[in-house]
Amino acid sequence: MALIEAINPLLTAGWTKGDAGWGIKDYEARGGYQALKRILAEKLTQDQVIAEVKTSVLRGRGGAGFPTGLKWSFMPKAAPEKYVVCNTDEGEPGTFKDRDILRYDPHSVIEGMIIAGYAVGAARGYNYIHGEIFEIYERFEQALAEARTAGYLGMNILGSGLDFDLFAHQGWGAYICGEESALLESIEGKKGQPRFKPPFPAQVGLFGKPTTINNTETFAAIPFVMRMGGSAYLDLGKPNNGGTKLFSVSGQVNKPGNYEVPMGTPFARLLEMAGGMRGGRKLKAVIPGGSSAPVLPADVIMECTLDYDSIAKAGSMLGSGAVIVMDETVCMVKALERLSYFYYEESCGQCTPCREGTGWLHKIVHRIEHGQGRPEDLDLLLDLGGNIAGRTICALGDAAVLPVQGMLKHFRSEFEYHIEHQRCLVPPDVQKAGSAFHTRMMAGAAC
Amino acid sequence: MLSQESLKRIDREVAKYPAGKQQSAVMAALRIAQEERGWLAGETIEFVAHYLGMPAIAAYEVASFYNMYDLQPVGKYKLTVCTNLPCALSGGVHAADYLKQKLGIDFNDTTPDGKFTLKEGECMGACGDAPVMLVNNIRMKSFMTPEEIEKLLAECK
Amino acid sequence: MLDLEIDGKTLQVAEGSTVIDAAHQAGIYIPHFCYHKKLSIAANCRMCLVQVEKAPKPLPACATPVTNGMKVFTHSDMAVKAQKGVMEFLLINHPLDCPICDQGGECQLQDLAVGYGDCKSRYQEEKRVVVNKDLGPLVSTDMTRCINCTRCVRFTQEIAGEMELGQAFRGDRAEIMPFIEKTVDSELSGNIIDLCPVGALTSKPFRFAARSWELARRQSVSPHDALGSNLIVQVKHDRVYRVLPYENEDINECWLSDKDRFSYEGLNSEERLTKPMIKQGGVWKEVEWNQALDYAAHALRDVAKEHGAAAVGALVSPHATLEEMYLAGRLMRGLGSRNIDFRLRQSDFSGHRAGVPWLGMRIAELNKLDRVLAVGAFLRKDQPLIAQRLRQAAKRGTQVSVIHSADDDLLMPLTGKLIAAPPQLPERLAQVAKAVADLKGAAFDMKVVVTPEARKIAESLVTGQNVAILLGNFAQQHAKAATINWLAQQLAEMLGCRFGFLGEAANSVGGYVADAIPDSEGLDAMRMLSEPRKAYLVHGAEPELDCADGQLALNALKQAASVVVLSPFKSAAALEYADAILPISPFTETSGTFVNAEGRVQSFQAVNRPLGEARPGWKVLRVLGNVLKLDGFDHDGSEAVREECLGGNGSGRPSLLDCLDNAISGVAVDLAAGSGQESQLQRVSDVPIHFADSLVRRAASLQRTRDAAAPTARMNAATLAKLGIAVGSPARVSRGGTPSILVAELDAGLADNCVRVAAAHAATTNLGAMTGAIKVEPA
Ligand SMILES: Cc1cc2nc3c(=O)[nH]c(=O)nc-3n(C[C@H](O)[C@H](O)[C@H](O)COP(=O)(O)O)c2cc1C
Ligand code: SF4
Ligand code: FES
Repeated sequence: MALIEAINPLLTAGWTKGDAGWGIKDYEARGGYQALKRILAEKLTQDQVIAEVKTSVLRGRGGAGFPTGLKWSFMPKAAPEKYVVCNTDEGEPGTFKDRDILRYDPHSVIEGMIIAGYAVGAARGYNYIHGEIFEIYERFEQALAEARTAGYLGMNILGSGLDFDLFAHQGWGAYICGEESALLESIEGKKGQPRFKPPFPAQVGLFGKPTTINNTETFAAIPFVMRMGGSAYLDLGKPNNGGTKLFSVSGQVNKPGNYEVPMGTPFARLLEMAGGMRGGRKLKAVIPGGSSAPVLPADVIMECTLDYDSIAKAGSMLGSGAVIVMDETVCMVKALERLSYFYYEESCGQCTPCREGTGWLHKIVHRIEHGQGRPEDLDLLLDLGGNIAGRTICALGDAAVLPVQGMLKHFRSEFEYHIEHQRCLVPPDVQKAGSAFHTRMMAGAAC
Repeated sequence: MLSQESLKRIDREVAKYPAGKQQSAVMAALRIAQEERGWLAGETIEFVAHYLGMPAIAAYEVASFYNMYDLQPVGKYKLTVCTNLPCALSGGVHAADYLKQKLGIDFNDTTPDGKFTLKEGECMGACGDAPVMLVNNIRMKSFMTPEEIEKLLAECK
Repeated sequence: MLDLEIDGKTLQVAEGSTVIDAAHQAGIYIPHFCYHKKLSIAANCRMCLVQVEKAPKPLPACATPVTNGMKVFTHSDMAVKAQKGVMEFLLINHPLDCPICDQGGECQLQDLAVGYGDCKSRYQEEKRVVVNKDLGPLVSTDMTRCINCTRCVRFTQEIAGEMELGQAFRGDRAEIMPFIEKTVDSELSGNIIDLCPVGALTSKPFRFAARSWELARRQSVSPHDALGSNLIVQVKHDRVYRVLPYENEDINECWLSDKDRFSYEGLNSEERLTKPMIKQGGVWKEVEWNQALDYAAHALRDVAKEHGAAAVGALVSPHATLEEMYLAGRLMRGLGSRNIDFRLRQSDFSGHRAGVPWLGMRIAELNKLDRVLAVGAFLRKDQPLIAQRLRQAAKRGTQVSVIHSADDDLLMPLTGKLIAAPPQLPERLAQVAKAVADLKGAAFDMKVVVTPEARKIAESLVTGQNVAILLGNFAQQHAKAATINWLAQQLAEMLGCRFGFLGEAANSVGGYVADAIPDSEGLDAMRMLSEPRKAYLVHGAEPELDCADGQLALNALKQAASVVVLSPFKSAAALEYADAILPISPFTETSGTFVNAEGRVQSFQAVNRPLGEARPGWKVLRVLGNVLKLDGFDHDGSEAVREECLGGNGSGRPSLLDCLDNAISGVAVDLAAGSGQESQLQRVSDVPIHFADSLVRRAASLQRTRDAAAPTARMNAATLAKLGIAVGSPARVSRGGTPSILVAELDAGLADNCVRVAAAHAATTNLGAMTGAIKVEPA
């Protein structure tokens, strides 16, 4: 039986519990490394591989949804030294899919990265792994050793003349390193402070050389794209939104966990797969794409399908596919207070609007939550947001502002209540019950 | 300053990067140094910087930027609890409160016996398993209900 | 070229220009903090946000490349709103303590806040406080004012060459700091004060001394190294309060070395002389000028009469002005003596010079070199800003090699490096010459064995398009300086490249131009001391510290019947050997001229009145000439002296530029001469940056820097072991006379059997000559 519930499972089809099934033998038994072998045997050109990926309309799973094939095509052909980098710095609150991909199927990412290396002409790759998942990093290192022994990595791969080696780089606690240029700085042994763009990584990337960066899930999808063909992959999803995607469902549902569904699946279906609302309580709101995405109230999200376009139309983002589900026990001021703290804590400190602005935003929300809000605070929050968003070096500034804007758009009255009554709309005991810490036993959750 | 074993581990990290790019290994080297020494004193950071041929302040920038490096001594067991929103929705904050009460300390404090240090963590990328916590940065504990917390504390000898 | 439009103005800019470059070209000011033309782009302050047509959000002008047809609006609503937003963020955590801030009046934040800030703050939360850092004796910190623009961090990394500052922590906890318990020790550190756009980094010596708007700003020229950095000297009530760079792209760019910047403290030293003094019956007394001048004139004339004019000699500081040097020479010749020299630290005067030794090129041309061989150069400390220029060149790919007796970190990548004991230095240079000859198929008939490292240097040199060989102070002070000069000349000829001297002091070129050197009948500085004279005129120098052999100088001066010292300062040594001390003005109190290493004549005016009864040196010499009734001492201003000296007004003297020539001939080259001494311990001596002249020696804050640490005995591990001396333990260093007890230090960069002991310090005067054999034992 599959480890998790899924519709049309590709990425998760081979997932099995515990230590079974992640190794190279099992991966090969599932058809793993076939795509790579075929590319090498049939001597597909780099352009052919890129064309296939373009056809699939595989959009980057890291959050921005940028078409992967197009990104690869930006890599300069002639450059002698190039890199492929995988972004497993999964730190966006709500997102936990990449960890499971590396836990249950690390070779899919390795194969995807080798194919990418082949397509863009890079001989070296790095996988940047989130600091907090050290056990996963160790497993990935084991998988790399397996792949090296099996001849998939190193010089002259499978006798084809292709050289590609891959290494893991462990992060150590900085959300900002998920931002691709901060990640590159971090691999270079520096603080993770994002670089100003242009130049983009495809021109000046790791160690100053052209670099392609993709999310773990993006790379994991590549072998499937190549195996089934670009158009078949596209057809799994919906136009402009190829394939299946992993959704990390967290919060107040009965079975939090990862669910793989085709792009375009109704949100309601996902909620059902996640076991419905915990304790049968009422859905209040959902943050559909990781903590940086604006919150959507229940009625809006229930009308959405899970793809870039539908969620964007509803005023939020699909982002990394992290679905944070909140029921009526949640105080939205408190929720925003915690998120604002996160962006304040994680700002790299480099550019003025983010360094100073995230702290200010948090201080105001904190005051409101603690009964010291002022009526003018809400407009101040929006105005400051306007002075941060779009004015920073990287998108963390925007990421800090979007949740504020979303909350004030849909739940302004709760904030006003706080300011007026100097207390929370949701009674403390109700909030406490909502977390289920004191009532929930081990059972229930997925995996 | 660092043991041969640690230096060997650092050398293995250095080998992952192109020639002359040994600074790339600074994060790993500091992690390894911290593991051996318990925390990163100034002289430890300086040693690592020296070993990798980089300015000490550049290594300090790194050590102070990433929040899993400890620039102050910590207890034998450092417990980091994720309290971010997705975790909080499933008890992250309450698990932290439980630990605070149990250990009689607040975040960033160490128990008088030097055994436990409690830290507030940011998203660990495991929100589906909430409450989650890290033990000494590297061991992740999932679904930390009161019983599981008790079990963990009992395991920490 | 790219076309663009800024605020309606159309213009053309070069490919690769940024919007801020273009705006500057169009004379449009865009507010900014982190941007600095000499530093890498950080784009972190976000003050320079402007509107660009078709861009959905404002873009930072400092980092946005111009594209063809771009339309930029720096004052549109979008731009101004963005700029105001940034200003608000910058101010929320700023202490707004302008009334007690030294930056007040010259603060970019203050200036821009007037234009872009709001009068009322919307920020009602608690402000951040950042603890101050100890950056050493020169730079004071108020870190709460820091706006994290990282200019200072980038300066240390990029210009000074060593990352001594960083931005630690993250978010709004980010702090600019040196490594734990470290200070900023670069010889260029003071520039971070200028770079800091707010009052976070200010001058420690200047702290709270005056408000910037109370100070008059006067232009001047630095009297220290051979660069002749351009200065703005700030004065109030006839006292110098601060020195800042006067930007001159051809010379110091926008930088100053710490020596240039902080030596002004010496001007106010307690050792300043304010009255003429004469010693009678062994007792010093202050006298009126006419009395002192009479005394001095008689003293010199009497000796000349009694013992012949050749019994009189003049030692002139290479930091003296051209006018002073010239008149000192005239004075000596008027007395009938031909003994005058300013080359006080030189010991080898052999060979025939074709002209005035100089850099061999323009300073700005250093940036364009693609191969450099520096011979005998303590580059960083002797010419900090030339080192900086070469560092930037090296970053762009210039291959720099060195031949030297020390291996101090130049903070730039080196292509090749030959480190040898001083006697072997000429042989190493000959190796490179031989290797070049081999590669070029040229003739070079000296018997040397080419080592691989020499070959590597040669290979680098022969592949260059724009090559130079630069001889440093150590090479000039070397016991075989003429041989080194000659070898460099041979090498340069084979390579078809230039060679030149980095130059010891502010007027090392000027000294030749002013004829402050002996003719073939006169005695050079070394011989005037080794063949003691009966009377000396000492101008601006402290011979016990400024000469090649301080002990020899001391002995010679002590035995003389009369020593007339012209100096801004009094010193214990001078009080012992002199019988007349005439207070002359330091550079700030006189007009004068320096001719820098590239032969550039830079004249300056006094910035304030002389202290007490001190008088400009040229005037004192002129009046001395009058008292001695010599001809031609009737100049009515320093300009007249300069004109006469530089060949204006039909004086018949050749023009300066025609005189510049580094060629030497008639040198007896004997490379074997150095061999056989290998078993002897050899002294390597540097002149530490803050000991190099009488003014900087008295600059209190500079004397507290690491660069001014007391001399030690530095040796490599093998030498230490051989002598049985532990690092950190006292060593007895001697040269026949009184020994010095110096702390032994490890210097892995030295060759075997070398001991590095700094010169120019009272603790090492007794060790005599700067080069040669020396004895070291455990103390
Ligand atoms: C603040 C910030 C955090 C990010 N975190 C992640 C992350 O954890 N994982 C990730 O894959 N992408 C993250 N991204 C997006 C990356 O910058 C980049 O777009 C992505 O890795 C590209 O991969 P893709 O094209 O496969 O999506 C983040 C971006 C920002 C601005
Ligand atoms: S937006 Fe924030 S995280 Fe991004 S570069 Fe600026 S300060 Fe750093
Ligand atoms: S001057 Fe452009 S961002 Fe600072």
